[in-house]
Amino acid sequence: MADFYTSVTLDAKRCKGCINCIKRCPTEAIRVRKGKAVITREKCVDCGECIRICPAHAKQSMYTKFEDINKYEYKIALPDQALYGQFNNLSDVNIVLTGLKQLGFDYVFETAAAAEYQTLKMKSYIEEHKDKWPLISAECPAVVRLISIRFPSLIEHIMPFISSMELAAYEARRRAMQTTGLPAEKIGVFAISPCPAKVTSMVLPLGIEKTGIDGVLAIKEIYPRLLNAMSEIQYKVEDLSIAGRAGIRWGSTSGQAVGVTKEAYIAADGIENVMEVLEELEGEKLHKLKFVELNACNGGCVGGALNVENPFIARAKLQTLRANMPEFKNSMDINDAELANKTMWQKEMDYKPVFRLGENIAESISLRAKVDELEKKFPGYDCGGCGAPSCRAFAQDIVRGIVNRTECPLIDSFKIMEDNNESN
Amino acid sequence: MENDALELDFEVDGNDYQRAGEASSRVKTTLKEVGMPAELIKRVAIAMYEGEINMVIHADSGVAKVFIKPDGVEVVLKDVGKGIPDVEKAMQEGFSTASDDAIELGFGAGMGLPNMKKHSDEMVIDTEVGVGTTVTMKFFTKE
Repeated sequence: MADFYTSVTLDAKRCKGCINCIKRCPTEAIRVRKGKAVITREKCVDCGECIRICPAHAKQSMYTKFEDINKYEYKIALPDQALYGQFNNLSDVNIVLTGLKQLGFDYVFETAAAAEYQTLKMKSYIEEHKDKWPLISAECPAVVRLISIRFPSLIEHIMPFISSMELAAYEARRRAMQTTGLPAEKIGVFAISPCPAKVTSMVLPLGIEKTGIDGVLAIKEIYPRLLNAMSEIQYKVEDLSIAGRAGIRWGSTSGQAVGVTKEAYIAADGIENVMEVLEELEGEKLHKLKFVELNACNGGCVGGALNVENPFIARAKLQTLRANMPEFKNSMDINDAELANKTMWQKEMDYKPVFRLGENIAESISLRAKVDELEKKFPGYDCGGCGAPSCRAFAQDIVRGIVNRTECPLIDSFKIMEDNNESN
Repeated sequence: MENDALELDFEVDGNDYQRAGEASSRVKTTLKEVGMPAELIKRVAIAMYEGEINMVIHADSGVAKVFIKPDGVEVVLKDVGKGIPDVEKAMQEGFSTASDDAIELGFGAGMGLPNMKKHSDEMVIDTEVGVGTTVTMKFFTKE
């Protein structure tokens, strides 16, 4: 299997070759070549920034088509917490869950139930691993990938828990096999998710060899059908809710943190803020910190690129919805040894030095000196006209041999501008 | 160490707390670009940050020079300032002569030099009272 993958795709007809995405990408993974945006897969962490910023909506995310659920005899839906934040005046999650069954799913298992279970497991893990403080949550796949390519010294601080989506998939399939007697492969498990990075996790799962997910359906795609289904079932709502507040809270920032520790935590969101916090953590500047929850999207999962609702409004809706819920519903057995084992990573995470300039340190050092030399020749305006996000990134591309051209395409016009400025 | 080494130079302003840490952060980025092992990057980043903060707290101005070679990193922090009257005492954990201003900002816990010593493989302090201090730290890749 390939080491790198990205769920971000480009609708080339829509791409105007502007510089919005190359400027916004936190890992400088995008370049404009021949008038179109191109992603370097190794550097993409699937944070979704380019999808959100693209004014032409040319940047999109791959996800599973709804019709794919029909490939399976028994269909399971795993709704993400963020889904509940998409509807106006929703008084009961059961309306959403029953609506999903109306759409053709045989069984609905809330991701929040797995999150609730993990809240309790993480709480004790934190207290049992003081030597590894501050522990960084592995729930956001974009954050975990970012650490693996850019913050190698923090890998040991990652809390080795599989995502709540994967745990929910495992538990839901296990239950379905017991109740239906069907073999695993006849059961289709589909996450209903706001997250391009979760789509990537299906291909390249984190901490496990093989995903338990058969498809990731985008909230924005299922939304209109689900809305229709929900309006039809008003008088026959089934009691399908299996998660309490502790799990639902994971849908927005600080939701994990308040559940797992009362004090000494950081909860941050937005990819730029996440990077700043990771920088600080890397320098060990924060002492006595227990837990770090980082979400690549603004507001947490409610800010995922595949949502419909504005993240802040979705967050408020989630708050209202969960206000009258019990904290825990304990739907998953906290004493089940198999589950306790499954919730942990089965393999370690490696550092992937994708930012290294050359094959080895000696070569990289001499290439790095060339980058410095070359950069001095450019105007330093970081205009993006060459297709790279900054003059420095352009110099790196030249030194790496990725581009043939070695001159700034706009250098003459900059000279004209400077002359004009002087004469004024 | 200077031959075929990559040299990075920085100026550090005394009393500019906002920019403190900028140099060590840029060194960290460079070390990742050249593919240094994670363990070494971490040690250099922590020790150099402490050194940079020391310059901000105690000195008027200074320069940081960093030499990067395949087998390791050398960091030279040279400041113009009051110097260290008693190096042995300054090396003790918890000993601090930081100003109240610095302590209010959460610095000056007396862990700077001890931490630099702990995270580097070699450290030499050259200081003269009233003139300034030069701290040279070496870090070797552990293969």
